Amino acid sequence: MSTSTADTPPSSSSSTERPSRKFRNIHITDLAAYRLPAAGMVSILHRVSGALLFLALPLLLWLFDLSLSSELSFARLTELLERGWVKLVLLILVWGFLHHLVAGVRYLLLDLHWGVDKARSRLSAQGVFAVSLTLTLLVGLRLFGVF
Amino acid sequence: MSTSQTGIGSRRLVVGAHYGIGSWLGQRLTALLMTVYFVGLALCVLIHGDTSYMGWSERFAPLWAKVATLIVIVALLYHAWVGVRDIWMDYIKPASLRLALQMLTVLWLLACGVWAAQILWKV
Repeated sequence: MSTSTADTPPSSSSSTERPSRKFRNIHITDLAAYRLPAAGMVSILHRVSGALLFLALPLLLWLFDLSLSSELSFARLTELLERGWVKLVLLILVWGFLHHLVAGVRYLLLDLHWGVDKARSRLSAQGVFAVSLTLTLLVGLRLFGVF
Repeated sequence: MSTSQTGIGSRRLVVGAHYGIGSWLGQRLTALLMTVYFVGLALCVLIHGDTSYMGWSERFAPLWAKVATLIVIVALLYHAWVGVRDIWMDYIKPASLRLALQMLTVLWLLACGVWAAQILWKV
């Protein structure tokens, strides 16, 4: 989102001259209608998923604790994972982790100047969604007992 | 940073992105470390397919596994610190509120780190 404004010069403006295009920050209410390119979606979701994982750290540690403390706590964790809403919360966190991981690998490659051009960066952004969503779907199917 | 850039006393700059390159590089190196660890762990679990308590807990029983896991968790905390600080720097403008949030972030991450160590060394 560009902050630069390119106003029409006040000079001898003939009526046939087109006014030059203006670039402004969009208003927050325009966000829903703004068509973000795939790379932009990957970017904002990378931030959202990172923030989500940061906030969920104690929850994840608690689950890790249950899984390791004892046979009894492990059994309690398995029992907990049979509830639908627990599965859903976990699946959201799994998506957050997978998106953050796969998008992160893309950023590492971009930092190495791999696929920086428009066409390939667009393709790799779409690839991030393909990989992370497929893996999330697989975990979801396993979690909800399809296989 | 030289004092001419940062100012002295009330003019001292206490927030900003002027110390970025170390954080930038650190965030990427920790990302690499975590990727190797988590992909490796996932592959181990998938290949062995042992989902019992014994199978899972024995993975973290040897000292090297605890040390490796703790190093990854420390890397995670640093990675998260850089990322969350970026979020505060992007969206929170008043310095007092930003510093308060950064302080809470540090406490949050440190507490998680201590807890993680305690969990690991119980096994």
